[in-house]
Amino acid sequence: MAGLLAGLLLVLLGLPIVSLVLRISPGLLIDRLSEPLVLEALRLSLVTSLAATAVVVGLGLPVAYLLAMREFPGKRVLEALIDLPMVLPPTVAGVALLTAFGRNGLAGHALSAVGITLPFTTLGVVVAQAFVAAPFFIGAARAGFTEVDRKYLDAAATLRASPVRAFLMVLGPLAAPAILAGAATGWARALGEFGATITFAGNMPGVTQTMPLAVYLALQSDLDAAIALSVLLLLFSLTILLTIRVGPSRLGALIARARRPPR
Amino acid sequence: MTGVFRVALALLGLPAVASPLPEPAPGTVVVFAAASLGESFRELGRVYEQQHPGTTVQFSFAGSQQLALQMEQGAPADVFASADQHWMEYLKDKGLVEGETPVFVRNRLAVIVPRTNPARISRLEDLVRRGTKLVLAAEQVPVGKYSREVLRKLAASPNFPPDYDRRVLANVVSQEENVKSVVAKVQLGEADAGIVYRSDVTPAVSRYVTALEIPEAFNVMAEYPIAVLKSARHAEAARQFVDLVRGSEGQRVLQSHRFIPTTATEAASHP
Repeated sequence: MAGLLAGLLLVLLGLPIVSLVLRISPGLLIDRLSEPLVLEALRLSLVTSLAATAVVVGLGLPVAYLLAMREFPGKRVLEALIDLPMVLPPTVAGVALLTAFGRNGLAGHALSAVGITLPFTTLGVVVAQAFVAAPFFIGAARAGFTEVDRKYLDAAATLRASPVRAFLMVLGPLAAPAILAGAATGWARALGEFGATITFAGNMPGVTQTMPLAVYLALQSDLDAAIALSVLLLLFSLTILLTIRVGPSRLGALIARARRPPR
Repeated sequence: MTGVFRVALALLGLPAVASPLPEPAPGTVVVFAAASLGESFRELGRVYEQQHPGTTVQFSFAGSQQLALQMEQGAPADVFASADQHWMEYLKDKGLVEGETPVFVRNRLAVIVPRTNPARISRLEDLVRRGTKLVLAAEQVPVGKYSREVLRKLAASPNFPPDYDRRVLANVVSQEENVKSVVAKVQLGEADAGIVYRSDVTPAVSRYVTALEIPEAFNVMAEYPIAVLKSARHAEAARQFVDLVRGSEGQRVLQSHRFIPTTATEAASHP
C-alpha cells in the first residue's frame, strides 16, 4: 500500500519534470545558455538567492535559537509573525513589502534618507526573497535545536561551559545537519520566488529579472523559450541541491580514502 | 487500515473528478479579453446577463499575449477580444480563429504620473531626465508595443531630440506583463511615470494619478479586434455577446469608459 502511494506521488512530482526535459533538445538548450538575457537571469538568480539565504541564516539563526531554548512574553506572536510569509500568497507579500518599504511606504522615507531604494533594485529582489524564505529556515533550524538531547547540554553545563561555548561545541554541531537542510530549503524557496519579486522589485533584465521572471515573461510570447529556460533553471537547482545533500558526505569519504596509506 | 482504505477510495474517485479541460457550467459564455477592457466588459457582461436570463458571462482578463498563448495551449474560450491585431492574427495563424475579426473599439495612449509627481514631470520632454523611473508594459504586450511606437514617433518629430526614444527607454525600470500592473505601479507612487491607455485613467485611478496628453499626431490608435473562436462551446451565445459589444449599447458603454467607439456605419458594414 505504502509502495503504491509512494509510486503515485513519484508520478505526480516526477512526470512534470520528465515531460519538461523531454520537450527540449540538448542542442537547443546549449544555444539558449549562450543568450545574454538567459545568462543575466541565471547570474541574477544565483547572486540574489545566495545573498537572501545569507541574510536569512544570519538573522534567523539567533531567532531560531531563542525560540528553541527560551520562553519569553510574546513568543507566540513572534512565532505567528515568522510563519506569516509562508501563508501569504507571494503577490500579497509583494504588495505588503511595497506598503512597508516602497517609496511611499511606512519605512520608505527613512530608507531614502539613508540613500536606500528597494523597489526596482537588485537589493529589493534580495529583500523579497529573504522575506519568503525566512520561515522555512527558521522552522528547520529551530527543530534542529529542539531535537538535540538535553543531556548533552546538561553535560556541557556541568563542565562549566559558557552558553557560547556550549553552542559552538555542542548544540551547533549536533544541530548542524538540520540547520544546513533548512538553509538549503530556504535557498530553494528564494531561488523560485516570483510573485513577491515581480510586484515589489519589478521586472528588468540584468537588475531584477531573475530566472522565474524570465520564464514567465518568455511564456507570454514564446513557449519553446519558456521551456528551455525552465529546464535550465531545473538543472541549475538540481545540481546545487544534490551538491548540498551529497557533497559533504562524499567529500568526507574521499578525504578518508585519501588518508589511508597506499597498498 | 481504514485510513488507508479511505485514501484508496478517494484515489479511485479521481477519474470522475478529472476531466481533460475545465467545463464551464452550461449556459456560460467564456470571454478572454485584454486587461484594459476589464471595467467596460464587466459592465457589458451584466447587461448581457440581464438580456439573456439563464446565461452567465465568465471573463478572463490579462495581457492579450498571455491569453493568446493560453488559448493556443487549449484554454477554453468562446470569445477573444484583443488589444491589437497582432495577437488576433497569431490565433488565425494557429487556426483557432476563422473568418471575420472586426475591430470593435479603439483606444489612445496617455502618460500618467503620480499625483504627488515626485519627478516633477510636466511635459513629455521631461521623460528623458536621467533617473526618472519609467514603467512600461513589456514589448509583447500590446500597450508595450504601442508605447514604444509613440516614443519613436516623438523622436522622429522636429520638436523632440532624435534620440528621445532611446533616452526615455533607458529610464525604464520595470516591464510589466499587462497594462493594469503599470497603472498600479504609478498609482502606488513607486514609478515616476507610466504609459497606459487613456481608458485606464478611470475616476478611481484619477484620485492617485495625473494624465499627460500625448498629442494626436504622435499618439497611436490602438485597434481592438474581436472574434468568436472556432472551438467555442457556446457559439450562438458568443455571437450574441459580440453583437452586444459592437452594437449601439456596447459602444455607448465603451465610450463611457473613455474608449473610442467605432462609427455606427463601420459596425453595420461588418456583419
